[in-house]
Amino acid sequence: MLTSRTKNLYQELILEHNKKPRNYRVPETSSHQAKGHNPLCGDKLDVYLSVDEESSTISDVSFIGDGCAISKASASIMTTMVKGKSVEEAQSLFKMFHDMTTGKETDVTEDQIPSRLRVFAGVKDLPARVKCATLAWHTLDAALQGEEKISTE
Amino acid sequence: MSQAAIKTETVHNPDQIQKQLKNLRDDFPILSRKINGRELVYLDNAASTQLPKQVIETVSAYHEFHHSNVHRGVHTLSQEATDLYEEAREQIRSFINAPSLKEVIITSGTTDAINLVSRCYGEPRFGKGDVILVSNMEHHANIVPWHMLAEKTGAEMKVIPITDEGSIDMDAYRALLGPDVKMVAVNHISNALGTINPVKEITDLAHKAGAVVMIDGAQAVGHELVDVQALNCDFYAFSGHKMHGPTGIGILYGKEELLKEMKPNRGGGDMILSVSFGEITYAGLPAKFEAGTPPIAQAIGLGAAAKYLSGLDRDLMYQHEQNLLKYATDKLSSVPGLRIIGTSPEKTSIVSFVLDGVHPHDIGTILDENGVAVRTGHHCAQPVMERYNVPATTRASMAFYNTFSEIDALYDSLLKVNELFDVNQPN
Repeated sequence: MLTSRTKNLYQELILEHNKKPRNYRVPETSSHQAKGHNPLCGDKLDVYLSVDEESSTISDVSFIGDGCAISKASASIMTTMVKGKSVEEAQSLFKMFHDMTTGKETDVTEDQIPSRLRVFAGVKDLPARVKCATLAWHTLDAALQGEEKISTE
Repeated sequence: MSQAAIKTETVHNPDQIQKQLKNLRDDFPILSRKINGRELVYLDNAASTQLPKQVIETVSAYHEFHHSNVHRGVHTLSQEATDLYEEAREQIRSFINAPSLKEVIITSGTTDAINLVSRCYGEPRFGKGDVILVSNMEHHANIVPWHMLAEKTGAEMKVIPITDEGSIDMDAYRALLGPDVKMVAVNHISNALGTINPVKEITDLAHKAGAVVMIDGAQAVGHELVDVQALNCDFYAFSGHKMHGPTGIGILYGKEELLKEMKPNRGGGDMILSVSFGEITYAGLPAKFEAGTPPIAQAIGLGAAAKYLSGLDRDLMYQHEQNLLKYATDKLSSVPGLRIIGTSPEKTSIVSFVLDGVHPHDIGTILDENGVAVRTGHHCAQPVMERYNVPATTRASMAFYNTFSEIDALYDSLLKVNELFDVNQPN
C-alpha cells in the first residue's frame, strides 16, 4: 500500500511531466542560460531562455538534464509557467514557489497559487527533497541574473 | 550480553542461522521503532550501524558516574576516566590484533586518520616523481587527502582500474607498481559496490615494490575479522559508527616504527613531555597524535562495541550476512528493470542497484514511506559512479541483525515503485 503522503508527493501531474517533460531541448539560440547542480543528489539541469529585451518578456524557455522525478517535473512545469511571462512575473512565481516548498509563512493564500505549482506543496514535509523541487527555479533565476552556474548546496 | 550467537554447534541452514542470531535484535532498541507507521527496516548499515544497548549503557554510565578529563587530575574521577579510556584502547587493540597499544591512535574517524597519514607521513617524504596509487572504487575520504598531498608535494596520484564486475584489476595493479610508487591506498571493502578487496595480496605486492600501504577499513570492521598483523599493512583506518559504536570516533593503526618517525599532526595539551618557549619535547606514542582533550565517551563507546562484537560468534554472523547477500541478490534481480552495480564474487552484504526509469532519490523517498531505510546517491564515491556511467544508485546494506523478511519488505516496496511510476510493467 502506498501511503497518502507518497501519493500527495507523487501526484499524477508530477509523474506525467516526469515521463514526458515539456520543452526538453537545447535551443538553437538563447539570450540567457545557466547550469544548475545539486551536489547532494547529483541532479544537473541546464536552463535556456530567450528574453525579448524591449518588452522584457520570456519568449522561449527550455531545459535538459538528469534528475529525480521531482526535479524533472518541476523544471518541466516551470517552463510551461514562465513562457510568455515578463521577467518580473517569472521572478514573483519563483518567490511564490520557493515560499510554498520551504513552508514559509506569507500573505499568499493557497488559492492564489497556480494549481500546477500547488502539486509540489507536499515537499515541504520532506526537507531532503525541497532542493529537488526548487533546483530548476534557482537555475532560472541565476540565468536571469546573468550567473552561469548555481549550486543548491 | 546475549548468549544467542555463542557457538554451540555448527549450523548450515540459513533459516537456522537466522534463528540463532535473532535474539541479538533485542540488543538494538532502535530496531523496534516504527517509521511512518511501519516497522523500521534498517538497510543503511554501510552509512552507519546501529548501537546495541551494551554500548549505549556503557557510554551513559560513563557520563553518569565517571566523567572527568583524562591524563590530568589526581582526583578519583580523573583516574577512573583515564582507566576507562585506556581500557577502551586495549579493547580496540585486541579487536584488530595490533601488537602494541602505542600503535592504536584515537582519531575522530576514518577521514581524520587518513588525513593524518597523508599529512604526517606523506607530506615530509613525498615529492616530484613519487607516485600514490589509489583504486577506482575509493570513497572520497581515501581520494581527496591524497589529491591534496599530490598538489602540495608535486607527487602524482594514479588510479588502479577496476573490472566491470567491480574487482580491483590485479594485473593492472602489478603493472602500475614500480620503484616510483611510495604509497598504495585502497579500501578493504568498497562502500559503493560491496567488493571485498584482496588486501593481503595488495599489501604484499606493494611491499615488494617498496611502497607503504594505507587501508581504509571503514566498511570492513563491522563485518570481517580484521587482523592487522596478518594483513601486515602499514596503516589501517576505521570508524566507530560503522561497527556499532558512536560517531565522532575512529582509529588509526600504524606500525610503530613508522609512527615513531612521524611528526605530530596537531599541537596542544597532552601530546608533549615538556614545554618551554624555547623548546618542546613531544610525548611518545600514542599521545603524540592525540592533542587536546580526546573524545573520551566516544572512545569508551567504541571499546564497548569492540567488546560486544568480540563476544559474539563472528563466523556465524558472517555466514548470515553472506546468506542475506545471496538472498537479496537473487530476490532483487527478479525485480523488473533492476540492475545490480557491483557483482564481484567476493562481496560483503551490500547491494547497490539502479532501476530503469526511476531516479534513486524517488526510490529512497517511497521506500522510506514503507519504513525501509536505504541510501541513495553517489555514496561519496563519484569516480565509481562515473566508472559505471550512473549518476547515483540505491544501496541496501545489511548487518547481522537484518532478516530475510526485511529483504522481502524491500522487494515489495520496489515493486510498488515500479507500479507508481508505471515503469517496468509486464506487457
